[in-house]
Parts: sequence; C-alpha cells; structure tokens
Amino acid sequence: MQGQRDAVSLSRTESDALGRRRRGRNWALLAALLAFSALFYAIAIVKLSNHQ
Amino acid sequence: MSEIAVLGEGRGEAQSPLPALSAPELDISSPADWLALLKPRVMTLVVFTGWIGLLVAPGHLHPVLAVAAILCIAVGAGAAGAINMWYDRDIDAVMRRTRNRPIPAGRIAPGEALGFGITLAVASVLVMGLATNVAAAAALAVSIGFYVFVYTMWLKRRTPQNIVIGGAAGAFPPVIGWMAVTGNLGLMPVLMFAIVFFWTPPHFWSLSLWAHGDYQRAGVPMLPVVSGARETRRQIVLYTLLLVPLTLLPWALHTAGAIYGLSALALGLGFLASVWRVARDRQDARGVSLTNDAPARAAFKYSILYLFVLFAAMAVDRLVG
Repeated sequence: MQGQRDAVSLSRTESDALGRRRRGRNWALLAALLAFSALFYAIAIVKLSNHQ
Repeated sequence: MSEIAVLGEGRGEAQSPLPALSAPELDISSPADWLALLKPRVMTLVVFTGWIGLLVAPGHLHPVLAVAAILCIAVGAGAAGAINMWYDRDIDAVMRRTRNRPIPAGRIAPGEALGFGITLAVASVLVMGLATNVAAAAALAVSIGFYVFVYTMWLKRRTPQNIVIGGAAGAFPPVIGWMAVTGNLGLMPVLMFAIVFFWTPPHFWSLSLWAHGDYQRAGVPMLPVVSGARETRRQIVLYTLLLVPLTLLPWALHTAGAIYGLSALALGLGFLASVWRVARDRQDARGVSLTNDAPARAAFKYSILYLFVLFAAMAVDRLVG
C-alpha cells in the first residue's frame, strides 16, 4: 500500500484536498466517539436511576 | 433496511479533484461518503415509522432510552444499507441511479464498507439490547439479517418478486419501536408491519416502471423487466387494492380511532385514484407509456406522502384519543 502511494504523484492542490478530507474524517470520527460515549453514559444513568 | 426507493440517491457525491487517482489506496473518502453508505434518505422513513411504533405502543419509555432506540433503528438500517452497497457494488456500477455511490465511484474500498456495515450492525443490536430489551434487539437483528441475506443476497437477483418479500425488511421498524416499549408483540405492530409490507410493491414498482432500463442493464429481474410494464401496472393496482382495506383494519378492530380511520380512508382513496391513473396510462401495444410514465411518477411521489401521513395520523390518533 505504501509503495502504491509513493508511486502516485500528486499536485499541491490534490495533496491539499487529500489532507482536508483526512482531517474531516478524523474530526467526524472524534465526534462519533464522543457521541457514542455520551449515549452510553446517558443510558447507564437512566438504567441506574430506574433501579433505585 | 427499507427498500424505499430514492430518486437521485448518491447523486452529487463525486468530489473532485481526485476522481482519476487510485481512490481506495489514496484514501480519498470524505465523511459524506461514509454517511452516504448508510443511505440516509432511505433512513428517514425507517426512523419515522420506528418512532411512530414507539409512540403508539402502550406504556412509557424514558426519553433518553427512546432516543437510543430510534438511533439504533437508524444505525441498524444504515448498516444494512452499507452491507447492501458492498454486495451490490457490481450492479451499482452499471446503474445510472447508483454509479456515483462511494464504492463503485472508487472513493471507499469494498472491504472497508463491509467492515463498517458489520461493525455498525453489531453495535446497533447490542446498544438496543442494553437500552431497551432483548426482544427489540432480536427484532432489529432479524430485520438487518433479512435485508442483507434474504433480500440482497438471495432474492434481489433471482426473482421479480424480490421487492415483495424483501419489503418485509422495511416493515420491521414500527415493530421494533413497539417492542422497545413493550418487550412483546401485539395486534397493532403486526398491522403496521403488514401495512408497510403491502405498501412497498406499489411504491417501488411505480419507480421501476420508468427506471427499468437501469435494472435491465444490471440484470436485476425487476417486475417490469421480466413481465413488462402492463403486468407491472396490474400488480400495482392489485397490491393497492389489498393495502387500502388493510389500513382500515386498525380502525375496524378498535386498535385505532376515528382520526386514524378517516385519514386512512381518505388517503387510501387518493392512492387508489393515483394507481388507477397508472393503469389507465396511455401506452403502445407493448405496454410502454406514451406519457413518459407521468402517472407512475406521480404515484411514486404520492406513495411516499401516503405512508408518512398515514403513520402520522396513527400517532395523532393515539395522542389525542
């Protein structure tokens, strides 16, 4: 895979576009993980309060 | 999950300036591509009917758990959609409607899409089980499995009745919503299931009447491709004739009130009028429309409005009555 990437030559614009997309994906993943954690936390709190 | 047909799905997803490069190796996918794998527009109907199932069910579910349940239904449906796109990537590539989807366009590698779909499917079922109950989680798992294995892998490429039996997958969400609250089945969720089940063929075949060229190219045996437009129009009318009395059953059996009943009657008459115009469309000797399938396009649009308003009436009837 790395070899294939090295073999493709990118212009500056293309390289910037790739970087933007990669950053976008990373932010989206962070948001999804935070949302998932918040959901689990909320479910746990509700379940615990229902048991009390 | 549902095979609600969506026009222009995947359109506008191609995000240049990198289309010619070896996409999966270059990892050019954007968050929008991953979202597109979940078929978000299909998801709207799934979420809506699931939410109505949750609303009309007797009992109470904490709002946080209700939101979690709806989220699980949405993500489960999206996961099934992602696995469907992975499996159908060969036919998606030759259909105009789907060739810009992330996999055939080369923005996401097939294996990554499959992994994404499986992960989300498992997560949605587990969280549903944790947030609500095992019965709802099992129903969600069955609906995902039905869409992936029964519809996508087994029926879609083998029989013109694919959409009839496969439509069951899209009928699950209101049942899952109901079960999330009650933990068991009842007459009303079975009727809601049946309504979506019988609604799917006239809805989808209305679309396939004018989009059958795509299916023909892809070798998918949709009814208009196998049996012709005339037979498809006949089947659309037949299924609508079965659907409309079925929608009145909740009223007749006293599981829904007059608000729902009268709405179902009015909407049903509108749907019958709409499909009657499809059957009476001007056509040549082979049954090909001479009006560019204008009545079928109108019936397709009406079918979406029909189901949304019908289920909304169900919720209003429950909340008011």
